[in-house]
Amino acid sequence: MSERKDMELIAEMVPPGARVLDLGCGSGELLAHLRDARRCSGYGVELADANVLACTQRGVNVIQLNLEEGLAMFEDQSFDVVLQLDTMQHLRNTERMLRETARVGRIGIVSFPNFAHWPNRVRVATGRMPVTKALPYEWYDTPNIRVGTYADFEVLARKDGLRILDSFGIQDGVEIRRWPNLLASVAVFKFERA
Amino acid sequence: MSSVGQVQPQSMHFTSPLPLRSGASLRDYTLVYETYGTLNAQRSNAVLVCHALNASHHVAGTYAGLDKSEGWWDNLVGPGKPLDTKRFFVIGVNNLGSCFGSTGPMHANPATRQAYGADFPVVTVEDWVDSQALLLDRMGIAQLAAVIGGSLGGMQALDWALRYPPRIRHCIAVAAAPNLSAQNIAFNEVARRAIVTDPEFHSGHFYALGVVPKRGLRVARMIGHITYLSDDAMGEKFGRQLRNGALSFSTQNVEFEIESYLRHQGDKFSDYFDANTYLLITRALDYFDPARDFGGDLRAAFSRALARFQIVSFTTDWRFPPARSREIVRALLDNRLDVSYAEIAAPHGHDAFLLDDARYHALLRACFDNVAKETG
Repeated sequence: MSERKDMELIAEMVPPGARVLDLGCGSGELLAHLRDARRCSGYGVELADANVLACTQRGVNVIQLNLEEGLAMFEDQSFDVVLQLDTMQHLRNTERMLRETARVGRIGIVSFPNFAHWPNRVRVATGRMPVTKALPYEWYDTPNIRVGTYADFEVLARKDGLRILDSFGIQDGVEIRRWPNLLASVAVFKFERA
Repeated sequence: MSSVGQVQPQSMHFTSPLPLRSGASLRDYTLVYETYGTLNAQRSNAVLVCHALNASHHVAGTYAGLDKSEGWWDNLVGPGKPLDTKRFFVIGVNNLGSCFGSTGPMHANPATRQAYGADFPVVTVEDWVDSQALLLDRMGIAQLAAVIGGSLGGMQALDWALRYPPRIRHCIAVAAAPNLSAQNIAFNEVARRAIVTDPEFHSGHFYALGVVPKRGLRVARMIGHITYLSDDAMGEKFGRQLRNGALSFSTQNVEFEIESYLRHQGDKFSDYFDANTYLLITRALDYFDPARDFGGDLRAAFSRALARFQIVSFTTDWRFPPARSREIVRALLDNRLDVSYAEIAAPHGHDAFLLDDARYHALLRACFDNVAKETG
């Protein structure tokens, strides 16, 4: 299962002992891992009741909040790292949340499905929307309302005054640093406010 | 899951005066309380349950020979229940000024040997918390595993974290607020005026006259009850249903089911609740405002706190809405305290904190599982 490896690859980007805010933290698995393996502290933010319960069951701090309402609850630069993993594509307010991530955290780390991964390109070339492991939905039932590419994110980051500290792709649990826009189904960016 | 079974209240008498926030003091006083479960050898598994406006120390279980005498939070507290009495030693304390056993307005004022009545000193959330701490001292409990409360009880739980930071490990505040809004105070004031203007109130000294200001209490309860329910819950339960199926074109008889329900609630309440207590407790609600001493800065108020917090609100609670709980969460986050916040989508309004909602109770169960991991 590559999801676990994806998670570990991203966890390695978080400095040990960091104070972390994980936006769209799901069941709190990454936060628990960061706490246990890297002595990190912090909070998850989740909307779904089942995930809020799962976080509490793991003993992970979780704040039930709709990310579409912004991060007004959190102070400027109050976290070492703000994570937004596999979440951005579900948000209507993508750009605002990106700015908020950079406002609240000294470092932001985002991951999202890379629409330009080559199987997606092939599928679009045949005239159909891609349905893959990273994008498993049909066009009519996808919760991914913002699908972008690795290259697209670089453009948005520049527009919003974010300095990219590191970036790579992940494919089958392996870090992809050569042609990530073509060869990786997941894009990962680490950035700060310029 | 079962009940804690039959329980009996206990009482503890205190002869040293209790200094009150007002500057007055209670010369001597009694606290009535109940406990469920067993205090462990390390004395580390005690959980204090704080009560709201019209409740008491009778949190769980039943009284022998009394039908329908379940405690007010019996669905939460008991063997195998979210607050599991097989693991925790649970304590419910009746607050001073109440009418359920602890020293209150119907008891004799040692200075005059007459019932206190309206002369009972104004007590605050802080005074209650201080008296609870003194009771725990007597019980030999230096630190609580957790304090939990809903509504006004949640305010006491929060205040515990502020007044006795090292004495609590977890603070669970449900359907609470950092203070009352003007609208909240307004509702309380209407209730108080209903009582005070009842001709049977006699300025609060009605006990000796053998009368009870029932009309005032009824109206007070009716207005309170409206604010505890959501518009939807009330609509669902009563809608515009008529009591007798057709309009009777009367302005004073009960026409709608909701009228009948409110009158019934008012009648029941006026049979058991004390008018002076109602005034005192609503005042304690009005006064609670831990940020006040910090220029309104709630973050500064919580800078003393050490506990781990679980804050819970209900989406349809318009008396203490989620936005008020978020203010608390924000103050805790700003202080880098451990906090979790759940916003339960329950339809019932403020009263949801007393009800057995599956998501709510699952969350509290998980929360107490975490508390239990540290109790040894």
